[in-house]
Amino acid sequence: MRSNERWLFPLLFGIALLLVWQLAVVGTGTKVVPGPLQVGKGIGELWNRGVLVRYTLDSLRRVAIGYAIAVAIGVPLGLWMGLSPTVFAAANPLVQIIRPISPIAWIPIAIVMWGIGESAPIFLIALAGLFPIVSSVAAQVRTVPPMFVSAARNFGLGEAAIIRRVLFPAVLPQLLASLRLALGVCWIVVVAAEMIAVDSGLGYLIIDSRNAGKRYDLVVAGMVLVGAIGLLLDVLFRLLERMPSVRWGFLTR
Amino acid sequence: MKLEARNIEMTFRGPPAVRVLEPVDLDVADGEFVCLLGPSGCGKSTLMQIIAGFLTPTAGKVTIDGKPVSGPDRKRIFVFQERGVFPWLTVADNIGFGLADLDAGARAKKITELVQLVGLGGFEKAYPHELSGGMKQRVEVARALAVDPDMLFLDEPFGALDSMTRLTMRSELLRIWQAAKKTILFVTHDVDESVQLADRVVVMSARPAKIRKIVDIDIPRPRDISSKRYLELRDGILAEIGLAHAI
Repeated sequence: MRSNERWLFPLLFGIALLLVWQLAVVGTGTKVVPGPLQVGKGIGELWNRGVLVRYTLDSLRRVAIGYAIAVAIGVPLGLWMGLSPTVFAAANPLVQIIRPISPIAWIPIAIVMWGIGESAPIFLIALAGLFPIVSSVAAQVRTVPPMFVSAARNFGLGEAAIIRRVLFPAVLPQLLASLRLALGVCWIVVVAAEMIAVDSGLGYLIIDSRNAGKRYDLVVAGMVLVGAIGLLLDVLFRLLERMPSVRWGFLTR
Repeated sequence: MKLEARNIEMTFRGPPAVRVLEPVDLDVADGEFVCLLGPSGCGKSTLMQIIAGFLTPTAGKVTIDGKPVSGPDRKRIFVFQERGVFPWLTVADNIGFGLADLDAGARAKKITELVQLVGLGGFEKAYPHELSGGMKQRVEVARALAVDPDMLFLDEPFGALDSMTRLTMRSELLRIWQAAKKTILFVTHDVDESVQLADRVVVMSARPAKIRKIVDIDIPRPRDISSKRYLELRDGILAEIGLAHAI
C-alpha cells in the first residue's frame, strides 16, 4: 500500500461515516442521539468551561498511578513465577482464577475497602493491569530457551546477573507488548472506575453528563476523547518497541 | 591428562527411567581434538554435558586438570548450535558477553581481535537476525574464545548449516584450534566430519551409549580427504557402526 493510501483511505472512510451519522440523526429527527456536529460543539463547550484539560489530566494521573503500581508489582512477581517452578505451582492457579474477573466486579469491594476518593479508582486500575502482566510475564520467562541461561552460567554469571543480562532482555519484546496491552486495559477501566467515588475525570464526565440533564452530546464527546487518548497512548508505547535492542523480537518472527 | 572421565553412567529418572549411558571411560590429552561420534539421540551430548558440568552423572567422576568437575566453568566453554547467540545483542556485544569485568578499552580491543579471528569484520554492529547460520556460529565460537578458555565443547555445531558452509566452518575451526591451542571435544553424528577434524574419534553405540571403539586418525594436517588412508579410516568406522558404504 502506498503511503498516501494509508492516510487517505481511513480519512475518506471516516468522513463517510460521519456523514451517514449526521444524515441519520437529521433524517430520523431524534432529540436523544447527538450528531457529530453537536458532539464537536460539545467538545468546544468542555474546552471553554476548562474541564476538558482538567478531566483528561485527572484520568491520565489515575491511570499513571494505578498502572505504575500494576507494573511495579506485576513484573517482579511474573519474573519470580517464571523462574521458580514452586512459586509458579503455588501462585498460578490463584492468578488464573482472579484474572478473568472483570475489574468492574470489584467496584463494591473497592468502595468498602477505600471509601470515597482517589484510592478506589486507582485500586481498580491497578487490579485491571496487574493480572494480565503477572500471567504474561510468567509465561514469557518460561519460553526463554534454557540454553541462554546455560550459556550465561557457563560464563560465570550469578542468578542476579542472569536475570538482568539474559532473562530480562530475552523477554523484553513480549514484555513491552503485554505492558502496552495492560495499559490499554487500564485506560478502558478508568472510565468505569471514575463513575464511582470521584467527581472529576472522563468517566465522571460521561456519567455526570447523562445524570445531570441528559447531555448526550457531552456523553459522546467524552467517549470520543477516551478513544482518541487511548489511541495516542498506544502509539506512544509502540515507539518504545522500535528501539534496536527491543526490535530483534519483532524482526525475527 | 587434561580430562579423565571414569565410569560415567547416566539414567534419567522417569517415569519411565531412561538409561542413557553405560559406564564410560574417556581420557583426553591437553590440546587434543576429540570427536564423540554416534547416532542421533544416543547419549553422546549427555556425556559432553556431564563433562562440561551441566549435568550430574548417576555414577562416576570427571576430573579436569586433576580437579573434580562440579559445575560449568569459564575455563571450559560449551558452544551450542548457532541458536545459542543472544538475539538482543549485536555481534560485538555477543562476543564481549563474558568480558564484563574488563574495562571498556580492553574489552573493545579483545572484541576487535576476535572479530578478525573469526572473519566477521564489518558486522560488529549487526544483530544476529541479520546474519546467516554460519556467521552466527562464528559469533558463538568467538564469544567462547573471548574468555580464553582452555577447553571448548562443541555440540554438533555445524549440524544446521548447509553442506558448503559446513566444509568452510570445519577448516576455520581447525585454523582457530591450531592458532589458539585449545583442547576440543566435538560431538557429531557425521562420520566424515569426525575423520576430517579429530585426532581421535570415539565411536559410540546407540542408546544406552557405550564406547565401541576409539580410532586414532593418523593423517597429517591439512588432510587430503580423498587419500587412501582417509577412506580406509572412514570405511573402518562406517563398518564399525554397521553402516554399508554403498547406497
